[in-house]
Amino acid sequence: MLDIKRIPIPALIGIILTTLFVLAAVFAPWIAPHGNGEIVGDVWEPMSSAYWLGTDNLGRDLLSRMIYGARITLFIAVLATALSFSLGAILGFSAAVFGGWFDTLLSRLVDLLMSIPTLIMGLVVLSVLPTNLVTLILVMGVLDSTRVYRLSRAVAVDINVMDYVEAAKLRGEGSGWIIFREILPNALSPLVSELGLRFIYAVLFLSTLSFLGLGVQPPDADWGGMVKENKDGIVFGIGAALIPAAAIAALAISVNLVADWILNRTTSLKGGRG
Amino acid sequence: MAETKPKPGQPKTGVLLDIRNLRIEATVYPPGEAPKNIVLVHDVSLTLQQGKVLGLIGESGAGKSTIGLSSMGYGRGGVRITGGEVILNGRDILKGGKDGFRKLRGREVCYVAQSAAAAFNPAHKLMDQVVEATLLHGTATRAEAEKRAVALFKKLSLPNPETIGERFPHQVSGGQLQRVMTAMALCSEPDLIVFDEPTTALDVTTQIDVLAAIKDAIRDTHVAALYITHDLAVVAQVSDEIMVLRHGRLVEWGGTRQIIKEPRQEYTNALVSVHEIEHAEQNPGTTPFLSVKNVTAAYGRSHIKVLKNVSVDIYPGQTLAVVGESGSGKSTLARAITGLLPPEQGTVTFDGRPLANRLADRPKEDLRQLQMIYQMADVAMNPRQTVGTIIGRPLEFYFGIRGRERDTRVAELLDKIEMGKGFSDRYPAELSGGQKQRVCIARSLAAKPKLIICDEVTSALDPLVAHGILKLLLDLQKEENVAYLFITHDLATVKSIADSIAVMYRGEVVRYGPKSKVLTPPFDAYTDLLLSSVPEMEIGWLEKAIKGRRMASAGN
Amino acid sequence: MSSPILKLIAQRIALGIVLLLAVSVLIFAGTQILPGDVAQAILGQSATPESLANLREQLGLNDPAYIRYFHWLGGVLTGDLGTAMSSGQDIATSIKGRLWNTLFLAFWAAIVAVPLAIILGLIAVRYRNGWVDKLISGLALASTSFPEFFIGYVLVYFFAVKWQIFPGISTVYEGMPFLERMQAIALPATALTLVVLAHMMRMTRAAILNVMQSAYVETAELKGLSAFNVIRKHAFPNAIAPIINVVMLNLAYLIVGVVVVEVIFVYPGMGQYLVDHVTKRDVPVVQAVGLIFAAVYISLNIIADIAAIVANPRLRHPK
Repeated sequence: MLDIKRIPIPALIGIILTTLFVLAAVFAPWIAPHGNGEIVGDVWEPMSSAYWLGTDNLGRDLLSRMIYGARITLFIAVLATALSFSLGAILGFSAAVFGGWFDTLLSRLVDLLMSIPTLIMGLVVLSVLPTNLVTLILVMGVLDSTRVYRLSRAVAVDINVMDYVEAAKLRGEGSGWIIFREILPNALSPLVSELGLRFIYAVLFLSTLSFLGLGVQPPDADWGGMVKENKDGIVFGIGAALIPAAAIAALAISVNLVADWILNRTTSLKGGRG
Repeated sequence: MAETKPKPGQPKTGVLLDIRNLRIEATVYPPGEAPKNIVLVHDVSLTLQQGKVLGLIGESGAGKSTIGLSSMGYGRGGVRITGGEVILNGRDILKGGKDGFRKLRGREVCYVAQSAAAAFNPAHKLMDQVVEATLLHGTATRAEAEKRAVALFKKLSLPNPETIGERFPHQVSGGQLQRVMTAMALCSEPDLIVFDEPTTALDVTTQIDVLAAIKDAIRDTHVAALYITHDLAVVAQVSDEIMVLRHGRLVEWGGTRQIIKEPRQEYTNALVSVHEIEHAEQNPGTTPFLSVKNVTAAYGRSHIKVLKNVSVDIYPGQTLAVVGESGSGKSTLARAITGLLPPEQGTVTFDGRPLANRLADRPKEDLRQLQMIYQMADVAMNPRQTVGTIIGRPLEFYFGIRGRERDTRVAELLDKIEMGKGFSDRYPAELSGGQKQRVCIARSLAAKPKLIICDEVTSALDPLVAHGILKLLLDLQKEENVAYLFITHDLATVKSIADSIAVMYRGEVVRYGPKSKVLTPPFDAYTDLLLSSVPEMEIGWLEKAIKGRRMASAGN
Repeated sequence: MSSPILKLIAQRIALGIVLLLAVSVLIFAGTQILPGDVAQAILGQSATPESLANLREQLGLNDPAYIRYFHWLGGVLTGDLGTAMSSGQDIATSIKGRLWNTLFLAFWAAIVAVPLAIILGLIAVRYRNGWVDKLISGLALASTSFPEFFIGYVLVYFFAVKWQIFPGISTVYEGMPFLERMQAIALPATALTLVVLAHMMRMTRAAILNVMQSAYVETAELKGLSAFNVIRKHAFPNAIAPIINVVMLNLAYLIVGVVVVEVIFVYPGMGQYLVDHVTKRDVPVVQAVGLIFAAVYISLNIIADIAAIVANPRLRHPK
């Protein structure tokens, strides 16, 4: 059904890179040449055959830390996205289908939450909450679910007034058929592409928080945290901080490319065949 | 009037426009495929004398607008003129380049668009837009141009001609805007005006006013015109000659009388005879199976009633046509019967017992008996379901037919709508407009209903395709003994399909009865207006119709 | 100008004020969700009961939350933002200079970014679907995927360390000469510009394209107007509202970017102040700065809406 030759090159690059990142994250302990916290050499050693990416601010192998960092970064971002997505989509669909006071109440609350920049609200909340993984995932997921809510509500409202949904209602179909067979298949492509965007946003948000010292706490480090650890080297011309930063950018771009392609492919409305 | 042009009464003579072997191409970008070139117009030639009107007629995709715009050197959205000559006033405009185009647009050739509401800039007053081209080309001073514009407003029977120019586009009705746009085209006193479906978007009683205004203006100003439309009866009223186009090729070109009375090509003949379906009226039986009694309905908690005390009956195997213009409440009647909009007062009886007002309170069996077909077939089918699923679902849902038996029934239904069973794996996006509507018909037939509500089912289709759908509906009625509630604004369709007719105006049924009675005088004022507004394929009909009218049109 | 439009604007502003009040509740509530005791959190596990009680008294923690909220709100409305727990300094005084610094930085970033984004957006429309357009949208895709600190440190690495054109740390002080100050903010302003540029350009492109494809632009072309006049007389008056909208939305985005950029360049502005005090768990400062950021954000959105109202001829000239 899916012919690899017909995947456009940008999407192919996106798929390969994303797969590599995921593999690195899953098999981190087997791939990484050194332990995560193991000090193996001098501070900020340059790239060499022993340390492919050099060493970091404490003399740990940067490559190994990057691989373990992929694990933490992806883990938190995936969970936060899953939370924001399920929360936002379920509430959004419900608001669209049920309407009434439920819709009004939720929509006003979301308007309110979205009238404060996410980062600022995140900082306000994190100033009093304990810094651990659970808080981080909850804060990221809940704050970001507002965007998913808006999108899924808008998409569902649009589809809900289409003639084919009306035709199904006239036929006497129950709300199960209407939501899962009429609305959901048509809402899927914007939602899937949104899933990609939300994931990218989660990666960037997490990295920003860690970079500001409010995300993942040492000795563990995600990529954003590694930028923070190594940023003082920059002024001495040591580019160690740029490597995790570039990895974040590369991950975000590759997911973007895949999401873009999925959106284009599924909007041609021929069941993905055309 | 300016002195630079011949005055009215001294028309120019000779050839104005001479298009030779025009070829127009465009590049299309199908999703997921390489861009490809398609030819929209294949070597079409035409000539137009000064002061004459040539009608360009054809279905969608015939290339008529594209040819019309080529006389201004304009191609819409990546359309390119790749061959031939367009000789206007003795010179090939295609050789004049961009500057040449700019000098002739708005001065020698002007354009009247289908939707004036979109074609006027919302940010500027009407007068500023009407005189813009005249001032740009420096053919008159502002004072002269405005005087000319007011005179044109008067000629086109616009209300308050002195002050209407001070208004903004959104402050003026659609029919008026269309006339202002005609005035805008005439204001710079061009040699040629391209009318691109100028009355298609209007209600039928408004159309006739605008059409008459355009015709008078053309006659009095001696301007030549290319009149583009898909409606042969309309073009027969204004044109001296008619050119029939299909798929970008010339089919037939001749005098108006010859084309509508003695068409030489089969395709032209089909277009001319399209309205003529023989349908003998059936006598209403003794008992209707569905009765709408004194129904009143409104949207939300609004005080404005969209249906006022409406009563109609539908007899088994017969067709009730509900006719009216936009806002007459005809579609609302359908919503009230189906239970989508529960009536505030009145009842709907089915087989001698009252139907529940709300859709949710109706048993499945009642829902099965009432099926519906929509105007826009593309949005009436779930784009993610195959034709097989779409037609098969009512079989499953109402009768529990599954598996091979279902597939057999689907194949039979596809056969009934004159489509092969190969279609059952296709998605709606892979069908043509007519095929989509056929699938919708099959879906409603699958439920074996007593009544199918058809809401403007042919108005989005080209005439020949619509004709096919109407014939199919009539054949199916005979085979299945199904009744139709046929909602339409098009009286020609009504004549060919109805057994009885209800005429609706502002939420009320103003005339109701068997077809022969409703269509026989004496008429009430509105029915008279409506009937007299339907263009007939007859030269001189427009003048007769305008003269015979007793009531002003609703929207103008 | 007629009264309905003034009414709409008044309504929009009133709505903004209500929203701001609601936001202040939200921010206040956001700092009350700590599972446990604020005083304990501040003083740590080893604190004596007396010192805990003292601190509670000092912070007014013995009052119910809504009393504390109104007390706080009353202070904010009279310009009293309270005192910082960590340093005991008056927050309003500390903020004044920093707010000015942040606005200075954001202003210069906007001065560069807004015209540049609009010009690039116009170029992308002019050469639509050509390679220029594709390059621009490719870059836009890339730069929306870049974290702010990646852009920031790449700039530092090259401009401050390798080529040593601009300082990598943006030290500014009161009474600093204008040119020196501009040199100090060169890199952070560039970073901010790059952060918002791509997004703003892509939205501008979409807004202009939308107007250029409308029927009235075709009408103007068919009157023989030159391309320049079509844009000036017909496209521009209708494109202005969506463009203002795009600009305002992105300026709102810029104030978020400011937080990270200030930390990268150690620039003494509001963002760095906020981050510092979040780390120190200094709740009064976080509340005050959070509210100011939210107020700026909401005001920009109100301006965008008002621009859209004023530019809409249907509202300006009602039936």
